[in-house]
Amino acid sequence: MKRNAALIAVLIVLFGIGAAIRPDLYGDPAWVVNNTWVILQQAAAIGVVTIGMTFVIIGGGIDLSVGALIALAGVWSTTVATQQFGAAGMIFCALAVGLGAGLVNGVLIAYGRLVPFIATLAMLVAARGLAAQISGKQTQISGDRFINSIATTRLLGIPVLVLILAAVAGAAWVLLNRTTFGRRTVAIGGNAEAARLAGINVRRHTMLLYALSGICCGIAAIMLTSLATSSQAAAAELYELDAIAAAIIGGTLLTGGRGTIVGSLIGVVVFSTITNLFAIANLATEVQNMVKGGIIVLAVLVQHGGFHESSLSAWRRLYRRGSRLERSLHQQ
Amino acid sequence: MLGGAFIGAVAGLSAACTSNETPNTAQTKGADGNNPNSQPGKKVTIGFSAPAADHGWIAAITNNAKAQANAYSDVTLKTVEAGKDAAAQRAALETLIAEKPDVIVLLPHDGKELNAFGLKAMEAGIPVINLDRAFPDPLAYRTQIKGDNYGMGVAAGHYIGKAMKAKGVSAPIIGEIAGMDELELTQERSAGFKAALATYGFSVANRRAARFTADTGQKEAQNLLQALPRMDALWNHDDDQGIGVLAAITGANRSEFLMVGGAGSRKAIEDIAGDKTVLKATVTYSPSMASSAISLARLIGQNKGMADLVELQVPKEIILSSETITKDNAANYLKLGF
Repeated sequence: MKRNAALIAVLIVLFGIGAAIRPDLYGDPAWVVNNTWVILQQAAAIGVVTIGMTFVIIGGGIDLSVGALIALAGVWSTTVATQQFGAAGMIFCALAVGLGAGLVNGVLIAYGRLVPFIATLAMLVAARGLAAQISGKQTQISGDRFINSIATTRLLGIPVLVLILAAVAGAAWVLLNRTTFGRRTVAIGGNAEAARLAGINVRRHTMLLYALSGICCGIAAIMLTSLATSSQAAAAELYELDAIAAAIIGGTLLTGGRGTIVGSLIGVVVFSTITNLFAIANLATEVQNMVKGGIIVLAVLVQHGGFHESSLSAWRRLYRRGSRLERSLHQQ
Repeated sequence: MLGGAFIGAVAGLSAACTSNETPNTAQTKGADGNNPNSQPGKKVTIGFSAPAADHGWIAAITNNAKAQANAYSDVTLKTVEAGKDAAAQRAALETLIAEKPDVIVLLPHDGKELNAFGLKAMEAGIPVINLDRAFPDPLAYRTQIKGDNYGMGVAAGHYIGKAMKAKGVSAPIIGEIAGMDELELTQERSAGFKAALATYGFSVANRRAARFTADTGQKEAQNLLQALPRMDALWNHDDDQGIGVLAAITGANRSEFLMVGGAGSRKAIEDIAGDKTVLKATVTYSPSMASSAISLARLIGQNKGMADLVELQVPKEIILSSETITKDNAANYLKLGF
């Protein structure tokens, strides 16, 4: 709670900075409301990915392949062949590609005993390559009116993309906080060995976490295709880092065992707000990236209550947990 | 963990390629009855190397080179895969030299890094046509043909400047959506744009940098539109990211301004011809230069000059002029869209 309050304070400060720089815009309530929807809409696709990432990280893993999977799912679902099947076909294709690739990640990590960092890094490279192969390095335009209208439609004044994010977040919150699946995720991330001894099928659960992340990438791919009315192999560049960063500043412990959906969502909104604010203030992207980096460090410092838990010891624990997870997987 | 940042893949360079139809119609010059150079002449073997295609523009470069070579009965094209980086391309070029082509057409990964190869080939008596990414040393090439990034910006600036004067807008609000900001070509485009606007007493109100992809174009445009609730003109450097820019504009229900694109993709040219969007013009940076490079290589191999010029030899440097495509001339350019 304290963590989320700190992030909300950051959002308020950002709003204050915006109001100071452009009082002409921030003085107009209609503009402010619309701008808020823009910020949330831009947080939608990366938000869905971050939710999947949050599960993976809480479960003691990491998924570096999310950006590449979005690109692959987006490209696959916008080929001429897939588009013939209409919006339903495109959506099914994106979800299936995301799920399939996520399962490959999961199998490699849980049963192939690959370190998550390596397995998903390999998937990142391979999926981008496959996406480039499928698209012939061309930008594939979506000709489907329904898909394209998702991003421009509002229901009850709320952009549909924001509603999708809310639905995914709601489902994720229930899954994490009110089901055995969620409790097992936390247990495995906290101590994989203890979870195994308690009778949890750590391997199968780990595999499912990556599949979940893959499905989230499929959903995000449709959202991004709708926003850009197209898809390409270079889309969703570095989304993996944005998602990890958002989860981390939202209070998810990189070493696993702890994290919240709400925190991750606020983390995504903070980054989306910064991007928006920098555009409104007409500041260059490089400055924005520096500020983003600073906010990540600050947020983690605040969460740790200062330098008591140095990053060094965090790394050490991460390493130990990694080898413990590996051992427990070997013993299964 | 954020060590993963180093994995940050550098995506495409200047990119603009918009098509769902996979077979690219290449940009070639067919036989021209009055041109004495179009008659078949001495057989010429041309060695060709360009970086592996990582985006549509480079893909179009290689396709064009092959198609133009096919159009000549007296040209044999030997292409070598340039691989992933300058070192790989250098290795590939060594094997090319061993095959002793009459002329080499080369789009290097990096002009500076492959300058030495150009020198070596020239010293071995093989003329080098340096395509687009320039060798710094004039001794390293026989002829250089390249696009004009600064000129693109200038063309866009003049189009907007003239349009604003014609509309009688004295202090227009002008937006700019650039491509990847860390690339020199982006800086050159923006510098040209700024300079041309300055001649009208105009300046850019807000500049965002996207990443040559449609999704980043959408994001930056959406934020730019928030920053400028009223705008008179917008220059977007790249038609590929322009798909996303136009999507953002449609999504925001905005139409009070005119937009100029960059590169000259087929989709952009079709949009301009259709005149149903805010996109009213685009300034070219065309991969057709690869076709022209093959034609120049053939002429050099046959020891001929360019028929319309007085000189008996092909010129040393050709910088393509960035052309402005509008509704009026879009039909002529459609075959050059990629």
